[in-house]
Amino acid sequence: MSAVQWRNAMNAGAGRAALGKGLPGRGPGVSSRAKGAGDEIVERQTPSMWAAVRARHVVVLAFLLAFPFFATPFLTYQIGAQSLALGLIALSLTFLGGYGGMISLAQMTVAGVAGYMLAIFGASGEATLSLGWSWWIAVPIAIAISMLAGTFVGWLSVRTEGIYTIMITLAVGVAFYYLCLQNYSVFNGFQGFQRVYAPTLLGVNFRNPVPFYFLALACALGGYLLIQYVLRAPFGVALQGIRDNPRRMNALGFHVTAHRIAAYALAAFLAAVGGILLVWYNGLITPNSVGTSWLINVLIIAVLGGMKHPIGAFVGAVIFVLLQTFAIDLIDRERFNLVVGGVFLAIVLFSPDGLLGLWARLRERISTTRPQAALHPRRSKP
Amino acid sequence: MSRIWKAFWILALVLPLSVFLVWGIWHNAKLFFITLLNGLTLASLYFIVASGFTLVFGLMRNVNLAHGSLYLLGGYVGYFVGAKTGYFVLALAAGFVAAAFVGLLMQVAIFRFMQGQDLRQTMVTIGLSIVIADLLLWAIGAQVHQLSAPDGLAGPLRDIPLITAYSKYRMALLPVGIAIGVLLWLFLNRTRVGMMIRAGVDDRAMLAATGINVNLVFAATFAIGAGLAGLGGVIGAVELSMVPGEDVRLLLASLIVVIVGGMGSVVGAAVGATILGVAETYGLAYAPTYSVVFTFVILVLVLAFRPRGILGQAA
Repeated sequence: MSAVQWRNAMNAGAGRAALGKGLPGRGPGVSSRAKGAGDEIVERQTPSMWAAVRARHVVVLAFLLAFPFFATPFLTYQIGAQSLALGLIALSLTFLGGYGGMISLAQMTVAGVAGYMLAIFGASGEATLSLGWSWWIAVPIAIAISMLAGTFVGWLSVRTEGIYTIMITLAVGVAFYYLCLQNYSVFNGFQGFQRVYAPTLLGVNFRNPVPFYFLALACALGGYLLIQYVLRAPFGVALQGIRDNPRRMNALGFHVTAHRIAAYALAAFLAAVGGILLVWYNGLITPNSVGTSWLINVLIIAVLGGMKHPIGAFVGAVIFVLLQTFAIDLIDRERFNLVVGGVFLAIVLFSPDGLLGLWARLRERISTTRPQAALHPRRSKP
Repeated sequence: MSRIWKAFWILALVLPLSVFLVWGIWHNAKLFFITLLNGLTLASLYFIVASGFTLVFGLMRNVNLAHGSLYLLGGYVGYFVGAKTGYFVLALAAGFVAAAFVGLLMQVAIFRFMQGQDLRQTMVTIGLSIVIADLLLWAIGAQVHQLSAPDGLAGPLRDIPLITAYSKYRMALLPVGIAIGVLLWLFLNRTRVGMMIRAGVDDRAMLAATGINVNLVFAATFAIGAGLAGLGGVIGAVELSMVPGEDVRLLLASLIVVIVGGMGSVVGAAVGATILGVAETYGLAYAPTYSVVFTFVILVLVLAFRPRGILGQAA
């Protein structure tokens, strides 16, 4: 048996063992369960998808489906659709940061690349710069280029580790912002691209609030389920192992760098879809859409909800959008950044696991008499 | 084999650069040399700001993303003190002290309690940068503030061969940057506190074990690092100008300088600042709409071949 075959065989075995251990519904973490892996390699069946469905899932889904029928168009579009699009981009960061251990500040840049490519290949107000292709060609091209860009960012940043990732991705993101701002021949400089609209398909105009809401809901739900699936698949389990202990995973024969870059590629796909939704939502893309404040807003959204739960991205997005829309009525319109920055600071300082972490802690305190509480040790690291 | 590759890459790097050098001098020598001077003076500003960033990072592993905000704060304080009193030296001192004080506050009130949690500290600095930037915008507004150069350095320096005249202030930045670099080097390598800081960079736990109050060393380093950002702010208030948004620009510059030069090394910051400053000004002079691309290409090249920066060492 050659070395390569041997390694592959080991990989398959380790992946299966880890898969058997990684049950759904719990906080991930190979490290906490790895101690028993040696003596009981149980070939447990992966539970069927429906076993994980709880009453709250049904309630939330029903609420989301019914939402546009009792809410005003303003709520449906400005709050609902925008939260879903932003949540999808934040979900890509949650996947990278919470499960891959790589905080990338360039996810909005990746989304922005998709938006810019859609505006350049598709139709926009700038007839001289846009190629004006139909949406069904422009959208796949935009997603593909955006995934390439995201993979490239990943390739750059996984060469260094941990804390460096945040610096490099921030540098890349800000550099892309300045490129969009200064370049007129491709990115149309300060103005960007106006009038990039969602298409009309089968007589349904997706520019209208309700159809657009359902489009965004479908994409967000798809992205959420995809991430939930990937996190239980061997790839996702390996990724979480790499987050917890890259050296051990390397010793087990996993290609750490390849896994990380693949995670960036997958995250780029989600961010690209979110970016396209966001461009259609705004109807335009400008350098400001990929500016520093938005790079950081994505991080804020992900951290606000809680980076260890995929649903946290959407929770954070709803809160962020609500703050953005209504907080300015309570205080000065100009002071939105102060509010958001303050809320973010408070969350990071007092509850590193976000609002969902806060909620879990509250529940634990209430049901502290139940012995179950002891089964969920909290990780102290953020 | 590897030696041949190395030679190939060096050639691939040096050849286009020397072609550009010859072409630039032949095409318009005056423009070429003025751009060179602009680049070097910008580099010394970048160095002053980024050396504080790298100092803090090297010792505490704290990526202070509020560094740009401290730059802005120092610049504003320097502007108001300078405009009020008319003494540039006072403005410099005020900018340094104000930023150092805020930095000290950050270390004592927040970062001391999350030692070793790199990521959380970084996120806190992100939050702080948003809050500080917005508070400054609230208090001072969005107008452009530009401090006038001190009397002795106002106006141009005449009768230089080739470029005829050049701003005295910008010319003075060059020795100032070098002087600050030398002082920082002397401080780190020849004084007791500097020795402690270097020891802390190498092994924090061991330094504490020898009976030195590490918290004090950390606080001092953070104050100096933040103060350098403030000092850079006052210098930048004359050379560039102070306006919301400059914090991001200088933060980006600091990030790239330390990524290119090598994190935690003051000499690396000097190398990185020179490369970035020169590349940026040449880009702006010769290919304005693509100048950021050059910066980016440099970043990518360095990361591809030396992931820890030109002078960086394995952690």
